[in-house]
Amino acid sequence: MDGAAATAVPSAGLLPFGDKMEFLGIDLPSYSWATVFGSAISGVFLGAVYALVALGLTLIYGVLHIINFAHGSLLMLAMFAVYFLWKLLGIDPYVAMLIVVPGGFLFGYGLQRLIIGQSSHGRDEIILLVTLGIAIVIENAALFAFSADERLVQVPYDMDGIDLGVTYAVYPELAALGGSLLITLLLWLFMTRTDTGKAIRAVAKERRGARLVGINVDHIFAISFGIGTACVAAAASLLAATYPVHPQFGYLFVLIAFTIVVLGGMGSFVGALVGGFIIGITEQLGRLYLGESLGLITISAIFILILLFRPTGLFGQRVR
Amino acid sequence: MSEQTRIAGWTVLLALLVLAPLAITSGRWIEFMELTLFVAVLGQGWNILGGFGGQYSFGHALFFGTGAYIQALLQFKLGWSPWATLWFAIAGGVLVGAFVGYLSFRYGLRGSYFALITLAFAEAFHVLSRSLVAVTEGGRGVALDLNLDPDRALTTFQFNFGGDFLKAYGFYYTILVILMLAYAATWWMEHTRFGAQLVAVRENEDAAEALGIDAFRVKLGAICLSAAITAAAGVYYTQKFLFIDPGIAYGPTKSVEALFAPIIGGLGTVLGPLVGALFLHGLGEFAKETIGLVWEDRPGLDLILFGVVLILVLAFLPRGLVGLLDLAWRRLSGAAPAARKGKADA
Repeated sequence: MDGAAATAVPSAGLLPFGDKMEFLGIDLPSYSWATVFGSAISGVFLGAVYALVALGLTLIYGVLHIINFAHGSLLMLAMFAVYFLWKLLGIDPYVAMLIVVPGGFLFGYGLQRLIIGQSSHGRDEIILLVTLGIAIVIENAALFAFSADERLVQVPYDMDGIDLGVTYAVYPELAALGGSLLITLLLWLFMTRTDTGKAIRAVAKERRGARLVGINVDHIFAISFGIGTACVAAAASLLAATYPVHPQFGYLFVLIAFTIVVLGGMGSFVGALVGGFIIGITEQLGRLYLGESLGLITISAIFILILLFRPTGLFGQRVR
Repeated sequence: MSEQTRIAGWTVLLALLVLAPLAITSGRWIEFMELTLFVAVLGQGWNILGGFGGQYSFGHALFFGTGAYIQALLQFKLGWSPWATLWFAIAGGVLVGAFVGYLSFRYGLRGSYFALITLAFAEAFHVLSRSLVAVTEGGRGVALDLNLDPDRALTTFQFNFGGDFLKAYGFYYTILVILMLAYAATWWMEHTRFGAQLVAVRENEDAAEALGIDAFRVKLGAICLSAAITAAAGVYYTQKFLFIDPGIAYGPTKSVEALFAPIIGGLGTVLGPLVGALFLHGLGEFAKETIGLVWEDRPGLDLILFGVVLILVLAFLPRGLVGLLDLAWRRLSGAAPAARKGKADA
């Protein structure tokens, strides 16, 4: 799980200068304005990727009221799919999106329809445990099949990019930012403009009422789960060129995605996007000031504080 | 099952566990039993809060890790006797439990939200134990000195180089004693007013409060007892392996291990975690001997099976394996199905 953290967005010019403060034996350096700003910009790129993972999670929660613990392992699985498409067939990770996104949809649809829906008896706490069980099966199946080695897709353009003055942005980062904004927009259009999208919103608002007007609720549940998984698959192909994948890859991401979803408000798309950026920037600044390891405490701290004091999050409407 | 058969059953089970070393002479199988009983203790810790109290924690590593770390650090840094440190380790676990429980229950976190906050706290402790190098030695972990002197095996709570008996069975009986204490505490709890109140809170918190039960206090009591048992498992782990690091202590593995056994064995039953642990680790061992021999013995195989069993039990056996055994017993003894007493029966 540290592999994912250590390979976070490279940021330039992190040389500290000036006085050092000490906090519990850790030096708190002071930085120039440009360094802090550059770090915040890398946080925006990181946040875009987080937002993409969180989007799928928030959609599933908004409709099914499921906290999907399998989300991280689905991300990991999709990353392995992207990796092997590249390794064995030479397919560029961004082109692989055309394959893994529909594949992810079908996989998620089947998972909800055949396993989660069947075994959970409609009880929230059982659903939670079933998704945890699925996560464990997927994670360990990957460990069994692929071993714990880290694998990275190598694209010829992974170091090219544009100089933003305070930091250097490589194309994979820019693609992740653009991709996540585009997917949020597409998802929003789908939810507001199409009949299926409207049916999903109807089910999210009032399950029984939706059933009464003739909506097949089980089908809609599975479709939502499928779309959530498709989002994660899209995220996987946007991440593949920057993050090496290994079986435990999903754990760190799922923790961060939960934080974002709770911060943004369970079920809110805008919340997931804004939350993603907030967490991305906080994490980068946390790393800058507290160091690579302790910097991650900022995420847990935000998570705990939001859960305690504002469980509806920034844009959420209802708590269960 | 009548009270007499139940007591007879417990006595037989206990006698079997105490006398097991007479039959098991291979070191490998003693190791297997130690691991199984360890998981059964870990599971009972989870079961008190999750099974009896209905508060599903996804971060029980918090209490395990705290117990294990305090046990290791007080010996490592201050040179205390392990017999003195263990009280502080358990008390430390309870303190963390009380802290997390106070915050979560005071702010009314239930269901998924409680699961998430325990996970968040476990991760926070994970990051802290990795980062506060001055206190915890950081990611390197804490390795305790190995005692080579057989005469000091008991005082150092290290049986690896003790006499023949201690070397072979010392840790088996250690974990058995911890198990017996933990299960006796759970059995006692189940039969007290507190236990009944806890189950009432699980079934319907609002209704329980309407009856005058202070749900906050009951849940807080449950998390403290749960943490104490889980921290005791941490103490055992440190003494057995003489090593602890942030990943082992606060990583997700122990949190997951703690909830498998009780759910599969039977939530909210005293026997459930032990039955679950025996079944799971028996299955894991069986898989290693069969599938593991055909393919290579690679990591992950046992956990794949555990996950599948977990989903199957959730789908088809809401009362777990204990519920299944109970049903089989009733069929066999031909007894008329007694009035249902709910999940706490068995």
